[in-house]
Amino acid sequence: MLHAFVNSIDPYFLQILVNIGIGITLALGLNIITGLTGQLSLGHAAFMSVGAFTGALLTLKTGTPFYLNLLLSGLFSAAVAALIGWPILRLTGDYLAICTLGFAEIVKVVFLNLEITNKALGLTVPTPTSALPMPVIVLMVAILAIVASVLIQNSRFGRALKAIRDDEIAAESVGINIARYKVQSFAVSAFMAGVGGCLYAHFLGYINPSDFGFLKSIDMLSMVVLGGLGSIPGAVFGASILSAAPEFLRFMSQYRMLVYGALLVFLMVFRPNGLLGGVNLTDLVLRKLGIRRHGATRNQEGSQ
Amino acid sequence: MFLQQLINGIALGSTYALIALGYTMVYGIIALINFAHGEIFMVGAFVGLLMVGVFKLNIFLAMACAMIFCMVLGVVIEFIAYRPLRKSSRLSALISAIGVSIFLSSLALMVFGANAKGFPEQAFSSRQIHIGNADISTLQLLIIGVSAALMIGLEFIVQKTKIGKAMRATSEDYNTAALMGVNVNFVISFTFALGSALAAAGGVLVGMLFNAVSFNMGLMAGLKAFAAAVLGGIGSIPGAMLGGLLLGVTEVFGVAIGYSSYRDAIAFAILVLVLLVRPTGLLGRKVMTKV
Repeated sequence: MLHAFVNSIDPYFLQILVNIGIGITLALGLNIITGLTGQLSLGHAAFMSVGAFTGALLTLKTGTPFYLNLLLSGLFSAAVAALIGWPILRLTGDYLAICTLGFAEIVKVVFLNLEITNKALGLTVPTPTSALPMPVIVLMVAILAIVASVLIQNSRFGRALKAIRDDEIAAESVGINIARYKVQSFAVSAFMAGVGGCLYAHFLGYINPSDFGFLKSIDMLSMVVLGGLGSIPGAVFGASILSAAPEFLRFMSQYRMLVYGALLVFLMVFRPNGLLGGVNLTDLVLRKLGIRRHGATRNQEGSQ
Repeated sequence: MFLQQLINGIALGSTYALIALGYTMVYGIIALINFAHGEIFMVGAFVGLLMVGVFKLNIFLAMACAMIFCMVLGVVIEFIAYRPLRKSSRLSALISAIGVSIFLSSLALMVFGANAKGFPEQAFSSRQIHIGNADISTLQLLIIGVSAALMIGLEFIVQKTKIGKAMRATSEDYNTAALMGVNVNFVISFTFALGSALAAAGGVLVGMLFNAVSFNMGLMAGLKAFAAAVLGGIGSIPGAMLGGLLLGVTEVFGVAIGYSSYRDAIAFAILVLVLLVRPTGLLGRKVMTKV
């Protein structure tokens, strides 16, 4: 039934929808380390790459169920993140950023040379034969990612991360174990990137290590910053716009990337805090419905 | 063999250093990672190529034209894309820089096409010189010479002139410099002009070294030069020179001992390892945080 329904949708539209779903998962993952914890990562595509290749290899070599592969590729990415996060997360600011960038380039080059990832030829991944059609799985994962992000943000863990973002020294002085929380947040963030990568691999059917280069990391970062750093609706919004933008700009054919670049500059110049930065969406909705009085703002989420 | 590879490494490394200087100067003054810098390098290479190929200029004149063009380009980019964002979060400026970078590389793709173009033969007739058992081309010597001259010139401007003093003051403390009557807007524009000119010279030199100029040459060169700047300690001018040379030499030796397929990873591996031992780079100052 569901298969029939999905098949009746225009495949082009479906593809845009799936791109948005994967984009949301990736953007929310990056939002945890960069938006919530304030640690700039310029190499998040590496975790997506690790997740994509883990998922693809599991499907190709072991034939384990797709849902298990999805989980395992996330977990493997998280493990890699924890492993490299432990030494590099003690670096501050831009030194950390360039280190993550360097790590991503190293991962790319290593995958381009490994036998198991089929070197520069890449892997062809079969579409999983699961109970649900791929687009439905992608949307479910995206929704799960949104729910998980909201839960994390409002938990004790999330508050500790925000404290680290706002003032590391103050956070440390009230007893927050900075090193541990940073590594944990990096791992959670990489988990989502890994899951996103696994979805990407199985939906597209073909992956190549070069797909996960610097530009992919930048894509993810643009989604988060454009929407409004640290804001969950912002990340969802930014991911939706930027995942769909190349398709909507397709009518301009060769001018597409030109306009995309100019658009990034103009959006930043006119909305420096991102489209939804400093906007408290729940508050706005409640106020419009007349449930909460004007001016009764709780806190400025993502107003950084 | 050793001498040969060393010269190859220094020639490559000095071009990295030229680009890295632009990153480090801009970072030192407004703490922005100028991701468009790699594309300015690419534009410089194209302008140099045009000057040699179409207007039949001498290679040095072509390089000067490329430098002047990129100076203007750098200042215009700063004015349009970074100046309005100076008071907002640093990430916004970073995304804006990335937007400029995407814009410039797709513009180059449209104007010049996807194929790499080479410098014409008569641009610089390179000869081989034998020193011991090493074959060194005069092109490599030209690259090393021009880079060294430009770096000495930069060092003179920064250390001995009035605008150089203003640059150092602004990088030390932006607000205090402004209070002391330094025209910080002019200093920032001047820094962008200087950095872009060096990148353009680097672009022409790299274009001749590999005999290939293409729309996407800016990305990897820019990333490696940025790595070089961070390796030396970002914000430090001697650090950028040292970092560039070090990365160039390591890369060439890495390729020589048989890791050619890992070429692009070598620079970053060195960077990550050095940062783990010295978290602010080789010559970077340790910043103390006061509570």
